[in-house]
Amino acid sequence: MPAIKSLEELKKIREEALQKRDIKSASGRVQIIVGMGTPGIAAGARDTVKEFLNIIEEKHLTDVVVRQTGNFGLDSLEPVVKVTVGDSTTVTYGKVTPYAARLIMEQHILGGVVVQEHVIPS
Amino acid sequence: MKEIALHLLDLAENSISAKAKTVRIDVREDFRTNQLTAAVEDDGEGMSDEMVKQVVDPFFTSRTTRKVGLGIPLLKASAEAALGGMKITSKPSAGTRIEATFRHSHIDRMPLGDLPCTFLTLTLAHPEIHWIFTYAYTPPYKGKMRKFEFDDQPLKEAVSGLPLTHPDVLAYLRSTLQDGIAGTRE
Repeated sequence: MPAIKSLEELKKIREEALQKRDIKSASGRVQIIVGMGTPGIAAGARDTVKEFLNIIEEKHLTDVVVRQTGNFGLDSLEPVVKVTVGDSTTVTYGKVTPYAARLIMEQHILGGVVVQEHVIPS
Repeated sequence: MKEIALHLLDLAENSISAKAKTVRIDVREDFRTNQLTAAVEDDGEGMSDEMVKQVVDPFFTSRTTRKVGLGIPLLKASAEAALGGMKITSKPSAGTRIEATFRHSHIDRMPLGDLPCTFLTLTLAHPEIHWIFTYAYTPPYKGKMRKFEFDDQPLKEAVSGLPLTHPDVLAYLRSTLQDGIAGTRE
């Protein structure tokens, strides 16, 4: 695993990204929103977020942004995750365990193929 | 909920719903007084005395789609099961502090859980909030209290423009939180 960078080194990375105009707004190509209401947390949504973050670190993905929101209102399907890749329509996934999170990251976000078995139809 | 760290996550989300701009989480493990304290404090809308009383009722919620709000009642029950309690201090327009105490060695005391992970996910997933985390440890027989404090402002200033989920920023944050908390126990 690569060494942890110091705050000084992070500042340099930021400057390089600014110069290369790599910084669009802090929104990134991929948006992942995880429901973190009480039922979400009880169902393990924090560990789902952790898994997305693990993969971001592992594969050094610089264009993925993860956010949390309150309850989506789909309690029995928690953890619920909404994924938007570029300009495509947002896909809402349910029962996203850390295992499913990895599947979604690799198959959908990196591979372009929606993970049908976890999709919540709208 | 299986961990105190998950309850803290839940309370912090409440603070955000209450339109807080700064949220502070304080955790203390005091082996000398045998007490574990975990608190979330915010500068959000606050609650009237009436609402403070209502909030511990499982059938009271600010949600419109359901009739139950279990986060706070469950935390209160967990704290009381470990011979502790929960205290809410709140003032409308000023903010709220919810503090839960537990007898540390009590057999029914729920585990503290993965605190660094809770801090990490909150900082990254809610970059609009100013987060302050403190963790204090007092050893059992002798030795002073050791405290780790994290304020996310310096990091945000240093990397402003980069998303906090940028892998290098993420790694820095993760290790700062993990090592900071673990460092109090050395």
